[in-house]
Parts: sequence; C-alpha cells; structure tokens
Amino acid sequence: MLKILKYSFYDLMRSRWSYVYFLFYLALGFVLLFLNNDVSKAVITLMNVIIVLVPLIGTIFGVMYYYDSKEFTELLLAQPIKRSSIFLGQYLGVACSLTLSLVLGLGIPFLLYGLFRSDVIFDFSLLLVTGAFLTLIFTAIAFNIALSNENKIKGFGYAVLAWLFLAVVYDGLFLMSLIIFEEYPLDSFSLAATMLNPIDLSRTLILLKLDISALLGYTGAVFKQFFGTNTGLIISILMLLLWTILPISRLAYKAKRKDF
Amino acid sequence: MIQVENLHKKFSKNQVLSGLDLNIQKGGIFAILGPNGSGKTTLIKIILGMVIADKGVVSVFGKPVKNKWKYRQEIEYLPQIANFPSNLRVRELIRMIKDLRQQTSEEERLIDLFGIAPFLDKKLATLSGGTKQKVNIVLAFMFDSPLIILDEPTTGLDPAALISLKELIQKEKQKGKTILVTSHIMQFVEEVADEIVYLLEGKIYFKGRISELMEKTSQTDFEHAIAAIATKMTNA
Repeated sequence: MLKILKYSFYDLMRSRWSYVYFLFYLALGFVLLFLNNDVSKAVITLMNVIIVLVPLIGTIFGVMYYYDSKEFTELLLAQPIKRSSIFLGQYLGVACSLTLSLVLGLGIPFLLYGLFRSDVIFDFSLLLVTGAFLTLIFTAIAFNIALSNENKIKGFGYAVLAWLFLAVVYDGLFLMSLIIFEEYPLDSFSLAATMLNPIDLSRTLILLKLDISALLGYTGAVFKQFFGTNTGLIISILMLLLWTILPISRLAYKAKRKDF
Repeated sequence: MIQVENLHKKFSKNQVLSGLDLNIQKGGIFAILGPNGSGKTTLIKIILGMVIADKGVVSVFGKPVKNKWKYRQEIEYLPQIANFPSNLRVRELIRMIKDLRQQTSEEERLIDLFGIAPFLDKKLATLSGGTKQKVNIVLAFMFDSPLIILDEPTTGLDPAALISLKELIQKEKQKGKTILVTSHIMQFVEEVADEIVYLLEGKIYFKGRISELMEKTSQTDFEHAIAAIATKMTNA
C-alpha cells in the first residue's frame, strides 16, 4: 500500500492544482493576518472558510483523481497487489497531499506572524486538525461515490450534491425543524443532528474550543451544557474519527467486490 | 495449471458465463476463441481476479484464487486495451511496474526487439496505438513467470512486430511456460496455438487440437471451421 501511496502522492505533487490549492491558503493566511492584526479573529474567519471550502476541494479532488487514475488502477489490478491496498493507497495519496497543502499553506504565514508567542496556538492547531479530518472524510466520501458510479458525470454530480447537502441544505433543514418543533424539547434532537453532519460537528468543535458564546449558536450551547467544554471536545473528535473510519471501511469493502 | 469449475458470471442482465468448466494443464499455447461478447475477456479477468465470479471456483497453480493476490506474481498479463496513465513517460512506467513487482526483468532485450527505444522519454498519451501496444507487450513479457495471458496481442501491430511477437511467444513456450491467448486473427491462432478452447453462450463448446476441430466440422480450412461452429449452433 505504501508504494501505491507514494506513486499517487508524487503524481499529485507534480500536478498544478496542488500548488494552486497551497498558494490559495498561503495567500489567505497572509491576508487575514496582516489585515486583521488579530490572531483570534483571523482564526474565526479561517474557520468559516475552511469549513465550507475544505470539504468542497476534498470532494472534487477525490472524484477527479479517481476517474483520472482509472487506467492506472486497471494496470495495478493485474499486478500482485492487494485490492484494498490499491484503493486505500490512492485515497491516502489524495487526502495526504491535500492535507499537506492546507497545513503548509496556513501554517507558514502563522509561523511567520509569530504564532508560538501567541496563546492561540492550540486554537490554531485544532483548526488544522479539523481541516485535516474534513479532508479525510470528504475525500473518502468522494471515492465511495466515484467507485459506485461508472459514469463520470453522474459520479461528479452526486459528489457535488453530497457536499451541497452537508454544507448548505442540511443546516437549512435543521433550522427549519427547530422552528417547526420549537414547542418540544429539542436538546437530544439537535445533538444528534449535529453529530450526523461532519461539517456542523467541526464548526461546533472549533467554537467550543474558542469559547465564543456569541457564535456558539443553539447547538453549540446545548453541546456545552450537555457535555461541558472538555468532554464536548473529546466526543466531537471521536465522532469525527468515526466519520472518517466509516467511509474508508466502506471503500475497502466495495473495492473488494467490484468488477473491472 | 488452471482449473475452472462451474463458473457463472452475470453483468446486470447479461449472462456472460453459465457453468463453464475448463482445465488447462501445464505447458503449451492455448487459444481462447469465440464470437464477440462470448466471455473471453471476462474469463481471463476472472482468472486474474479483476472480475469476481458469481458462482464457481477458479484455481491457479492448484489454489483457489478468490480474494487472493500473491498468485499474480506468477502471471504476466497483456490487457486488451492498453490503458496507461497518460501523464507518465514510458521509462517511468516500466520502472514503476518493476518497482511494484520486485522481480528480475529483462526489459532491455524487449525494448530492442520492438524498437521502442526512441519513445522511452515520450509521454504515453502521445504514443500511437501500435507503439502503445508494443509498450504493453514489453510490460507483459519482461518478467519471467510460468503463466502468460495475452488478450488480443496482435492489435495494431505492424508485420515486423507481429513476427517478433510470434517468435517471442514460441521462445516462452520452449521454456515450458503456459500461454493463454485470445485473438480474432485466425491465421495467427493457427500459427501459434497448440490447442484451442472455443467459448459459446457462456460454456466451452469445443476444446482440443485444431486438426480435431476440422474433423468435427468437416472443413479443410481453419477459419471456415471456426465460422462453421457458430452457424451450426444457430441452425441447431
């Protein structure tokens, strides 16, 4: 698996898009820090960008890479390599190179700004960890969708729809149901609803850590009240981990049974 | 060497293989023939583990292959359509496959034989169909494995390359290897194959020597004998 990972990773490192993605974060980091002059505010702005953009990029890169490397996959399938190694290797290659672009692109400006002397270093690292989780989760979802759809256009469409649903539509539905059922106790409902969407979960996780009550919102408040800050953090990280493991195991399971 | 028992495979509604039994012993060249869509490539891909059978057991080197992958170390495979990662150079592709298989290889001799040295630093996307097929052949033959599977090896080859390919196949046979080959070029099959396996409607319709087939169909010409099988079946 490590060999496949290596080849996929090098392949992506040679691609222009990895650099575009990296430069984008680099620019974003510099602009936010030097225009804002306030690291905590920059972290909040970054959170809003990361939470929407990272899943989108993960989804699109994942689907594109899967369909683009179809020939490579077919070549590998006839070689003495385990099937799950081929797909997990490719998946990790994409996810790692995206994560690297994110961490380096945002890390460099923050380091130059003097992050280590600031006390928001933990907030910032948490932001990067969440970004990494979101990359892993959405790339895995994208690979799953691509694996189940032979047709490129269909696969691409479903993947973008999945992102749109989790990033935008889900929140709308959630809010609507809160309004419609406002006369009922909604604590456990909203807790569950947050857990079931990795994007909402990441947002809650970061806001809990930043401890900004004004931005916490209803769910965040419930989260905090229910678990307390520390338990809340641990539980949401565990949920993110679960969100990562589930699509990856489905990927390995499906890959074993597919015909090529 | 290869045992296939009661093999079934369906692609959505299309039943491709229905209860196929096949036994291929060690050594010699076996041609797998049959009309378009008769399941030749499917059979080969099931042997390689690229397609997963609905029912039945395939054993290679005496062991069932389901969910196994190490046995592919002993197989060289030439795919029907040479699909390569287009942004790689020929040299990189050869190095990569060598790296993945970790076996001794003799690609230099094959590169000379098919004259693809001038293309080594070209990207695979820019190669012509015939040149791609030559690269494909180099990749398939560069390792020393006891079982060689060739799916339409003649596609796009010029006469000189075709002659080299035939010599190459004969040389490998003399080393005691087993070679499975599919082709629609009957002249090529007649020249190289020791035995033919004829697939029809998902089953083996005929297996044996070419002379036996001609006797059975009472034809004097191999190409006509093959055609006769198909018409016989539709008339019956």
